[in-house]
Amino acid sequence: MSLDSEAVSKIAHLARLGVEQSEYETYARNLSDILSFIEQLNSADTRDIEPMAHPLDASQRLRADEVAETNQREKFQRIAPRTEAGLYLVPKVID
Amino acid sequence: MLQKSISELAAGLRSGEFSSAELTQSFIDRIQRYDSQLNSVITLTDSAALDAAKAADARLKSGDVTALTGIPFLHKDIFCTDGVRTSCGSRMLDSFVAPYDATVTAKLKQAGAVMLGKTNMDEFAMGSSNETSFYGPVKNPWDQQRVPGGSSGGSAAAVAARLAPLATGTDTGGSIRQPAALCGITGIKPTYGRVSRYGMIAFASSLDQAGPLATSAQDAAIMLQAMAGFDPRDSTSIDQPVDQYAESLDDDLAGLTIGLPKEYFGAGLDTQVGAAVEAAVEAYKKLGAQVRDISLPNTSLAVPAYYVVAPAECSSNLSRMDGVRFGYRCEDPKDLEDLYVRSRGEGFGDEVKRRILVGTYALSAGYYDAYYLKAQQVRRLIRDDFVQAFKEVDIIMGPTSPGTAFRLGERCDDPVTMYLSDIYTIAVNLAGLPGMSIPAGMVDGLPVGLQLIGNYFEEARLLNAAHRYQQVSDWHTRMPAGFE
Repeated sequence: MSLDSEAVSKIAHLARLGVEQSEYETYARNLSDILSFIEQLNSADTRDIEPMAHPLDASQRLRADEVAETNQREKFQRIAPRTEAGLYLVPKVID
Repeated sequence: MLQKSISELAAGLRSGEFSSAELTQSFIDRIQRYDSQLNSVITLTDSAALDAAKAADARLKSGDVTALTGIPFLHKDIFCTDGVRTSCGSRMLDSFVAPYDATVTAKLKQAGAVMLGKTNMDEFAMGSSNETSFYGPVKNPWDQQRVPGGSSGGSAAAVAARLAPLATGTDTGGSIRQPAALCGITGIKPTYGRVSRYGMIAFASSLDQAGPLATSAQDAAIMLQAMAGFDPRDSTSIDQPVDQYAESLDDDLAGLTIGLPKEYFGAGLDTQVGAAVEAAVEAYKKLGAQVRDISLPNTSLAVPAYYVVAPAECSSNLSRMDGVRFGYRCEDPKDLEDLYVRSRGEGFGDEVKRRILVGTYALSAGYYDAYYLKAQQVRRLIRDDFVQAFKEVDIIMGPTSPGTAFRLGERCDDPVTMYLSDIYTIAVNLAGLPGMSIPAGMVDGLPVGLQLIGNYFEEARLLNAAHRYQQVSDWHTRMPAGFE
């Protein structure tokens, strides 16, 4: 599998990840190398093999539906880039 | 002081031979004196450390002590530490002061261990050489032109140079064992679910595990004891009692069956590293162990499977770094999309970006079955190889890494070659098994690591086997020159 600059641009958009246009080619080459390396997986016969989600086949535990955490909004918002009146600020979304 | 075990240091603290404040100060002095050469520490928390040491001294007088009370350690900068910058080696979190403690942080605090500071690491633990850190590469104390391994490279280099007697690490594909091997120290990655991942910044959640780095198996056992255990805050934590690791350290190895996978001794293994590993296996025979050749037929598929699963999980985990609630935000975003794109583009380094892109691609519509599902199927084949092997043997042994420490910069431009540095360690994470690396020789002045792989929850058996070897060998007592 080989990716070109256009594909890198598309994937970067899906990931909301800024990649400089001048770097597209390098990423395309690196990613193509990685993907062709990964293609070795195709040599494995995985018919009827169940995909492994957990090494011990454990499933997610449920906990009692009780309040466990206290509200620490002010503490958590102190490390936010921008807040106002208890809200996280981002650029205007709706005109 | 530098050659004393944790038990000996603890005895010295209890008898009043020295105080925790004195012990802590002596390691702070070493970090200040030597770390400019290594770059192993991102944040030195010296005044908080001295406060914690004084509290430990008071606790030592009261008699309410644990094996780690008053013992200094360095903490990988991936563990959230309340009130302390927790950078994960990234510009993205350069200004992130964690608002809470990871469970591992809290447990070590409760034990009375004294945190000296936070160690350097590959950015978001993605790397095998500690060269992807925003804070610059860590140097290997055995040869400063060479890498310490990664991603727990700062922790490994610091313990090797005795800048701290203990350090924490995390291991997603070898990140405790490979740097332990390359720096000539002891490190153990426990069974998946043995140590809580709560507050440990997630890279690949189905693979990440925390563990200790130390100069001996005996010291690692003490630290792992303090770190391990069920945690309701981690939904993948396993609710099973923790063995008393110190109790079985001296058990006889007579009758122990060691399996040597033929795939771990083939092409690609440095011949001198292979010879050192074989010599260590001979030492185990003298200790009464039996050795058997085994096969793990799907070994060659482990690295490719990992480089689907790990990037896929990382692309999902790192989506929380969006410039809104914490971490780096770009200047003057023109709209919300621009805020996300530029904050992430400017906050993440190259290797993290590569993995986010690979993961996003592998999970995108139309490719999920071909990549992620296929990799998870191969993962089961890899695990089943180990399950089969452990029907016949007690411990699997082989090299930790195919070579000794490589030169800084040597593999930076070639991701796939870098990824193959972890060829012997990655399958262990995919299978969720415990694995360990101990020093087992030197090649041209550089340490060689022996890897021990155990069955699920058999950390005690690994520590026992490692300890018995360390009683008949002295590789683990050697220190790099220039740090005396």
